[in-house]
Amino acid sequence: MTNSNEQNGVAGEDVVDEIDKFAELPDVPPKRKLKLSWVGRIASGIVIFWLVIAAVGPWVAPFHEMDMDGDDSFLDAHTNEYGTFYLGTDYLGRDTFSRVIWGARMTIGISLAATLLAYALGITLGIAAAVKGGWVDMIISRMNDAILALPSIMLGLIAIAAFGSSIPILIIIAGIIYGSSVFRIARALGLDIMVQDYVEAAKARGEGIWWIIRSEVLPNAAMPLATDFGLRLVFVVLFISSLSFLGLGVQPPAADWGSMVRENLAGLTYNSWASVWPAFAIATFTISINLIVDDISAKSGGSLAKKMV
Amino acid sequence: MMLQMVLRRIAIGIATILVVSVIVFVMTRLLPGDVAQIILGQGATPETLAVLRKELGLDQPGYIQYFIWLGDLFTGDLGISKAGGATISSLIGGRFGNTMLLAGLVALISIPISIVLGLWAAMHPGSWLDRIITFGTLSTISVPEFFIATIMVLIFAVELHWLPSTAMLADNMSFLELLRGLAMPIITLVIVVSAQMIRMTRAGILNVMSSPYIEMAILKGVPRGRIILRHAFLNAIGPIINVIALNLAYLVSGVVVVETIFAYPGLAKLMIDGVQTRDLPLVQACAMIFCTTYVLLILVADIGSIVSNPRLRHPK
Repeated sequence: MTNSNEQNGVAGEDVVDEIDKFAELPDVPPKRKLKLSWVGRIASGIVIFWLVIAAVGPWVAPFHEMDMDGDDSFLDAHTNEYGTFYLGTDYLGRDTFSRVIWGARMTIGISLAATLLAYALGITLGIAAAVKGGWVDMIISRMNDAILALPSIMLGLIAIAAFGSSIPILIIIAGIIYGSSVFRIARALGLDIMVQDYVEAAKARGEGIWWIIRSEVLPNAAMPLATDFGLRLVFVVLFISSLSFLGLGVQPPAADWGSMVRENLAGLTYNSWASVWPAFAIATFTISINLIVDDISAKSGGSLAKKMV
Repeated sequence: MMLQMVLRRIAIGIATILVVSVIVFVMTRLLPGDVAQIILGQGATPETLAVLRKELGLDQPGYIQYFIWLGDLFTGDLGISKAGGATISSLIGGRFGNTMLLAGLVALISIPISIVLGLWAAMHPGSWLDRIITFGTLSTISVPEFFIATIMVLIFAVELHWLPSTAMLADNMSFLELLRGLAMPIITLVIVVSAQMIRMTRAGILNVMSSPYIEMAILKGVPRGRIILRHAFLNAIGPIINVIALNLAYLVSGVVVVETIFAYPGLAKLMIDGVQTRDLPLVQACAMIFCTTYVLLILVADIGSIVSNPRLRHPK
């Protein structure tokens, strides 16, 4: 306790007072310091790079995603009167470099939205099932088992055959499919927390169920769920881009990494790398997230290998 | 005790398949709205629509439709495809064999490779080879299947000109020609599936390595290689069988992408074409085959781990 007080002493006076008030309490949480290995730091750099590109892409890309300004399709890097094509052109003579940048927004945006939906659904239902128990838990859990019993790509294919493909539908499908895994984790965490002494104490004090969920269950479930978020995002990116690759996800002419690989596949035989760059973009993004998650979970005990099983 | 658990597990498996059939039915028949309209497209006349509705039993209540559909499925009457009006069972017949051929060859190659590499990595944890294997497999499971496929085409077909860039399959091929024709999809799937299996084999062995009897063996001075082969591997066989079956189940989704990218005439390609044209009866049939296979493989995995657990085999 005194040790952490000394460490805080370096920071500004007012802040210190604020923190010290709580540092004296017996159940102050241990200070978590996230230190990444050099692999983890490079990986975070790459992830942040792509997130920034996704945010500002349309303003920094030299061309619009739909401009057909190249001299011909499947060309190598060249310059003409419209500008420079750093990575060459795609099958319609569009700038591959600009489309990769535009695609970041589409691929990462949809995946983030779907993962957030999955978390909203999974946590709400998971905590509800854990807190309520009984028949509520029974019904939600059995329905969840049914979704988990199928390969996600199959569920995706069936849903798209039934409802057609559009961006909102993609987000909802991925959100429901991956929400079921979040549900399982959130429910397990919730059940675990609900039998802890501090929850018993809160119940004995006469705190309401909402207070317990807000002040005890959610804060204690937050950290494990946050680590899981990265993994889930990777799965969603792979899911969405696989569907796009199959021609069932994001529809042309919008730029999306998965569909860009598909569209330009024919170019491979002409030695055009137009399909390789977007594939690389997906790979750098997903591998980096996994490396960060691996780094964090190696620090906190469990390794990623266990979670992947 | 053990028999009871196995029987219980089989019962759960059958129940799961029934639930799967309900999901497939509800999603493709009840939720999309007027299925007859989707099947026939915009150009359908009211008369043909009415005929098809009657044929599909759309005028009946939902649960009766389900039981009629399920009965047809069991008797092999899978309905008629939208494209060309061929029966779906005739479309599926040969395609199913092709997919099984591909999956079988992949399993035959990837299982020994994965067990050897997984064991090797577990024998020398922290060595440079272990690091390469760990990093390589983590990267492989983090990227989409089509990325691996694209890179393989780039290396073996475009740069080296060793292999054809698409799958080739004909009736009169010799075994060697067949292997060459299927090389690209096989290589891609082997890489994808092995990565998972290697990681899980390694994790399984390292998990056993932390148990007390292994510590005892280490303290007695038994060499590490011997400990792994004699003590750890034998005890990890249950989990490893589990891993293999789970990953063959994972092939179900890998095959979807790989068959498309290499234009392989398998069941998954048929299903994707069906999804694109919204050929709902065809999608239903393919989905039921894939999902049932998946559930059965998971069932085998679970039974494998029950049977291989000596504590359950010899109850006190």
